[in-house]
Amino acid sequence: MNPRTRLWLVATGGAGLAALLVAACLRLPRFGGDRHPYGDRAVHASLERHTANTVASVNFDQRAFDTLGEMTILFAAVLGCVVLLRQTRDEHRAHPEPADVARPVRRYALLVLPVALLTGLYVVAHGQLSPGGGFQGGVVAATALHVLYLGADYRALERVRPVGAYEVGDALATSAYLVTGVAGLIGGTAFLANTLLPYGTFNTLSSGGTVPLLNAAVGMEVACAVVVLLAGFLDQAVEIVDEGEDDDRAGDGHHHEERGK
Amino acid sequence: MGEAVIVVALLLVAVSATAAVAVRDPVRQSLVLAVLGVVLAVLFTVLQAPDVALSQLAVGSALTPLLLLLTVRKVKRRGRRRRENEP
Repeated sequence: MNPRTRLWLVATGGAGLAALLVAACLRLPRFGGDRHPYGDRAVHASLERHTANTVASVNFDQRAFDTLGEMTILFAAVLGCVVLLRQTRDEHRAHPEPADVARPVRRYALLVLPVALLTGLYVVAHGQLSPGGGFQGGVVAATALHVLYLGADYRALERVRPVGAYEVGDALATSAYLVTGVAGLIGGTAFLANTLLPYGTFNTLSSGGTVPLLNAAVGMEVACAVVVLLAGFLDQAVEIVDEGEDDDRAGDGHHHEERGK
Repeated sequence: MGEAVIVVALLLVAVSATAAVAVRDPVRQSLVLAVLGVVLAVLFTVLQAPDVALSQLAVGSALTPLLLLLTVRKVKRRGRRRRENEP
């Protein structure tokens, strides 16, 4: 394909997209109005299935299949990062020495860590009731663990974060979502259909049928995925060094071990 | 009253987004990105979308800047070594 044809192709596609977007925007409900055709229907469906948080109902019930796609995107992205950021043959691991942490930083970090972790878990657990959910809470819980890197050092972080276990957790959570979907197909009516479990009492933790289960699966998947992702980046930034890179690092008190020891 | 808050939040987003583009140093840029994340979270909250605001807060103002900082650290270390070897 020569550049001219390619330009034509892009121009045609872009013009079509622009025209469709403008046409769609012209028919949008007015900004700030309190009525919305889709919103009203979504709220109605969510209340019918005793899910207090309509957004959770949209994510894990009405559009549960979309969420499966989003979850798979994150899974695939993290998988790609793990493959790209692995230790290659011409790199080796430097072992970071324990670092001195200023006393106020340490105290503040140790104070914040449990609070942030608990907040993340709370947001995951109450996804079907209040704003938040598996994705938001998972990211908070996973980043909360990394406060330990600020408050103590990399060794301490590595001790509470066996990457292998989190990789397994990531895969298990993704499978749990799929299995819940298949259970809906076998026991109920369709894949990911929320007809299997009783809907429970409105505004309690167990309400909403399969919504809390799918929400928890996404929470676990996202938390594990973010931990694995950050582990890959941290390994590259802190531990893994190229051949010859140790020359300027030796002065910082790092000693090295050859790969495979 | 409500509309004034929306306008202020929109202006803050415009200012911090422009700043994120105008700042050229990637380290500072990631910090400005964190600020932009917080401001966007405020905007989403004002527009009554707390779910999106929470996602934005977690990803936009914590995770993305952290990943950027770690990447910059790795790249700079490699660049320093190359410069030392060349001359």
